[in-house]
Amino acid sequence: MIWLRTIQLSIKNLGLHPLRSLLTVLGILIGIASVIWALAITKGMGDEARKQVESLGADTIIVRSIKPPPEKLSTQGITPYGLTREEFDMLVRTISTIKSAIPIREIRRQFQFESHTMDGRLVGCTPEYADVNKLKVARGHFISEAEGFNRDTSCVLAHKVAERLFPVQDPIGKRIYMPESTDYYTVVGILEPKTASAAIGGSLSAQDFSSDIYIPIQTLQQRIGDMIRRQAGTSFEYETLELNQITLRVSSVSDVKRTAALIEEALANHNRMEDISISVPLELLEQARTQQVMYMVLGLFIAAISLGVGGIGIMNIMLATVTERTREIGIRRALGAKRSDIVRQFLIETSVLSIFGGLSGILIGFLCGPTINAVRAFAEWYAPKTIAQLPEVIREVQPQILFESIPIAFYISLMVGILFGIYPAMRAAKMSPIEALRHE
Amino acid sequence: MKFACRCCDLKKEYVLKSETVRALRGVTFDVPEGDYVAIMGPSGSGKSTLLNMLGCLDKPSSGSLFLGEDDVAKMNDDQLAEIRSRRIGFVFQSYNLIQQLTVVENIQVPLIYQGRLGRKEHERCEELAAMVGLGDRLSHRPAQLSGGQQQRVAIARSLVNDPYFMLADEPTGNLDSRTTEEILQLFERLNQEGRTIILVTHEDEVSKRAKRVVRLKDGLVQWDKQNSEETREEAARYAIENMPVEV
Repeated sequence: MIWLRTIQLSIKNLGLHPLRSLLTVLGILIGIASVIWALAITKGMGDEARKQVESLGADTIIVRSIKPPPEKLSTQGITPYGLTREEFDMLVRTISTIKSAIPIREIRRQFQFESHTMDGRLVGCTPEYADVNKLKVARGHFISEAEGFNRDTSCVLAHKVAERLFPVQDPIGKRIYMPESTDYYTVVGILEPKTASAAIGGSLSAQDFSSDIYIPIQTLQQRIGDMIRRQAGTSFEYETLELNQITLRVSSVSDVKRTAALIEEALANHNRMEDISISVPLELLEQARTQQVMYMVLGLFIAAISLGVGGIGIMNIMLATVTERTREIGIRRALGAKRSDIVRQFLIETSVLSIFGGLSGILIGFLCGPTINAVRAFAEWYAPKTIAQLPEVIREVQPQILFESIPIAFYISLMVGILFGIYPAMRAAKMSPIEALRHE
Repeated sequence: MKFACRCCDLKKEYVLKSETVRALRGVTFDVPEGDYVAIMGPSGSGKSTLLNMLGCLDKPSSGSLFLGEDDVAKMNDDQLAEIRSRRIGFVFQSYNLIQQLTVVENIQVPLIYQGRLGRKEHERCEELAAMVGLGDRLSHRPAQLSGGQQQRVAIARSLVNDPYFMLADEPTGNLDSRTTEEILQLFERLNQEGRTIILVTHEDEVSKRAKRVVRLKDGLVQWDKQNSEETREEAARYAIENMPVEV
């Protein structure tokens, strides 16, 4: 009863100075909003990273060939680099924790069908490739073991390739022409659309599966070989590379790190060329988690500062209010208010103030997603290049508002109100009623 | 005879900058129920100190002050607050209404601190407002009222807890003579209805209207005498006859 009345009274008192109350509340509002934002953004980032890693698989290890810097290549002839089939066989044979391994060769090629052409990636791989990369077949089938064994010229089209080259026709059974190697491949399957996998942690670049054509790696090796001729202006560029990537799957997740170490050791002789890199999505996931925690700590730190500043603002205003209302305090004391009644009145007033700040902060917190999208859209329009260079996480993150953060934020605002309200309230209560009544 | 309050050798000393000020040096007097006492005295006589003591805003250094059965001198801060909210009706010179609150809400304030505020109490507050002639201004704020009206709200507020006595500190000090007369008549009426009134003033015209005058000087009671009926009637007549007339 008395509480209800005091709360009513507080709201009334705060309403007497709406602008002042609003400004006072601002600090808390920003603090609470940043608590929610920090948690939402880090949660979003964590989800994103986890999704990416899950799309790669926590049990996979990816070994990729990297084009070495020019000074490491001999000036004469063509220096072969990167992973070799021999190494692939060696890894599969010597490391027992490897469950399966996929050799992959990727070449940029032009694809043609009748008058339609497009540039894309020709990927030589094994049937497991579809499984590891979560590629789903819409029609037909993915390249099979038998097709590889027979070095068939079968190919499977990614969604976009099928759309571009066959706007009206049914691609299955048609033959696609690749002018650079003067070769025909028969379409045996079409894939469902798949969103590009994002890069994680900078060591694994983003992969766009939408303009790929998949053929058995054996076919690719036989018909195209290891040496690629690429036209660069008027001259030609040659490159010899056996495998672009080996994707390995380990029988159990707990073996991933040890297996990665073994692989590194096995491929030690490659280090002088610096032409391979080993990525372990599991490690990337852990890195992403550490990063997430760091961002969260940073965000919460900012929020804490803001809440502190907001609290001091409240304290400041309440001290002013106490002085301003000395007379009222005197009257109330004379009419029978105990010290505790006065403390309660002012504490409730600061609490109402900070809860109001907290609630509006929570509302602002809900705007996190739309705001970030709007800012991102603006930034992309204003400085597209800078944005394109930013890490994937920042470009893609979708904040996820944590349900728990709402009661937490509410309690924090209440606590700030009480914490910073205690001193002014005590000061109000300590005044002698006689002095307070005399105050003009 | 029942007493609203009894002061017994009340002493109060303050220490001001290492100098001890003896504000009250042994004041003794009783206020029987239904009395109407004016406390007079020049400034520095200990008037305000006695008022604070009677209002339970302060405790005596020694001596005792009985309100009903309770000795105020032996109470702690919370008990003093309790007795203020239950037993004393304050009326101040500057009305001391809370500006944010309406007339009714102001009258309710002492009840809030007693923790009782039901429908019955609310009705009582409205009745009191009507009794002092403000029944049609229940939801006005103090700033919308004249000085006399504000003082009447304060009087209604002082009666809400059915106090041992009303303690009025220069209640007419801020009012013009017409309003002063209204307030004094209201006091007289309340006294006739049985209310005990203790009124602190420095105006002879006001003190003459009380039943009894206690004059303080240098922290002691200089004299304590009853006003005769004639004195009171004459003072009332004089006040009305000599009211300034607007031309």
